[in-house]
Amino acid sequence: MSGSTDPGTLPPQLAELVDDFAAVGPKDRLQLLLELSQELPDLPERFADAASTMEQVPECQTPLFIAVEVADGEAGEGGSDPAARPVHLYFSAPREAPTTRGFASIMHTGLDGQPAATVLDVPDDFYTDLGLAEAVSPLRLRGIAAMLARIKNQVRAAIT
Amino acid sequence: MAVANDPDPKLAEYAHPERLVTTEWLADRLKAGTSDDGDLVVVESDEDVLLYETGHIPGAVKVDWHTELNDPITRDYVDGRRFAEIMSERGIGRDTTIVVYGDKNNWWAAYALWVFQLFGHPDVRLLDGGRNKWIAEGRETTTEAPSPATADYPVVERDDSRIRAFKDDVLAHLGKPMVDVRSPQEYSGEKLHMPDYPQEGAVRGGHIPGAASVPWARAAAEDGSFKTRAELEAIYQQEQGLQPSDDVVAYCRIGERSSHTWFVLTYLLGFDRVRNYDGSWTEWGNAVRVPIVQGEERGSA
Repeated sequence: MSGSTDPGTLPPQLAELVDDFAAVGPKDRLQLLLELSQELPDLPERFADAASTMEQVPECQTPLFIAVEVADGEAGEGGSDPAARPVHLYFSAPREAPTTRGFASIMHTGLDGQPAATVLDVPDDFYTDLGLAEAVSPLRLRGIAAMLARIKNQVRAAIT
Repeated sequence: MAVANDPDPKLAEYAHPERLVTTEWLADRLKAGTSDDGDLVVVESDEDVLLYETGHIPGAVKVDWHTELNDPITRDYVDGRRFAEIMSERGIGRDTTIVVYGDKNNWWAAYALWVFQLFGHPDVRLLDGGRNKWIAEGRETTTEAPSPATADYPVVERDDSRIRAFKDDVLAHLGKPMVDVRSPQEYSGEKLHMPDYPQEGAVRGGHIPGAASVPWARAAAEDGSFKTRAELEAIYQQEQGLQPSDDVVAYCRIGERSSHTWFVLTYLLGFDRVRNYDGSWTEWGNAVRVPIVQGEERGSA
């Protein structure tokens, strides 16, 4: 790995993804991103009207909506410590925007179900270690940084 | 020209009908199998770098503007040697007829076509309506990537003098016709970037003094194809007062939407001298001591 992120600060699934990307060349990174884009789960029914219930990420070149839920402490998950409560992520992006869907899928695979504190600890520049700048272009990569920032904002708002 | 033109009556109205093909013409040609003889290559060029991989026109090759045509170190386009490699790898020779198409109403396809023209590729055409129209019509797509036999594209020096404008050219051009093809909010300076798009770092909002505001999308019909010649003349000539003999500069934010307008003015309306200012607002909006105008009025230098 050529990056600077301390792997210890990434949740295991995200660290694994970063390793997967770092292990292959630029062409295969694109292929990996494509496969991830196809694995992005469909939105649950309750988010069907995405525009009104989800937050838009205008930094992505294509309409992307995110919703972040932090499990209710009283329901038992995570106990009484708000920072230990698990985070659930939902994304909506059109089929004709596979790159944006791929970025969303990295977030979902890497962070869904993780405790709030773990999500907040992910370094803001972790994506540089994916090595996608060459394969995708730095301009297109801005969307992924914005996605993480918005997820963290929503998590912070939910636990304070 | 090796490959016959599309005789479609709508295209025949345009000043240069040989620069455009319809989806029907392309589908018929691919069905006839004549694309295998190597004289026609279909190129997809998209905003989304993975869209081609999700399915493309059978036989089409991919050229990505961001990662291939652009040289990020010099903030310029690739040189003749690299361009020859890109073309050769895709089985494109100097005599090959190229048909370009892409997403978002052919923005990036028009940008790629413009770069191909900097290298003077003789026969390059745009697919009217682009990727969206092809898909909307239920035409065939495949995820199978072609493996073309390498061609021998010559190293041609890029000619930036005819269809490209640099900042100094635009300064010298002030007072002559200019078209700003961004959204009305970007033109007035109310917004620094395209609605729903990332901020790309201009410190000032507004437009180049004297530029007319004609958002690029006004040239597109609902299905993403170009409007008819009469409709386009009504916009650019009757409404905006441009003349085919005018020396025109078009610009947007980074030069992709203005490539679309450059195509319209040059090939559909037959303007003699249209240049695309690819530095566009990301350069002009940040440049020291160049004049700008804020608000809806064109203003003057």
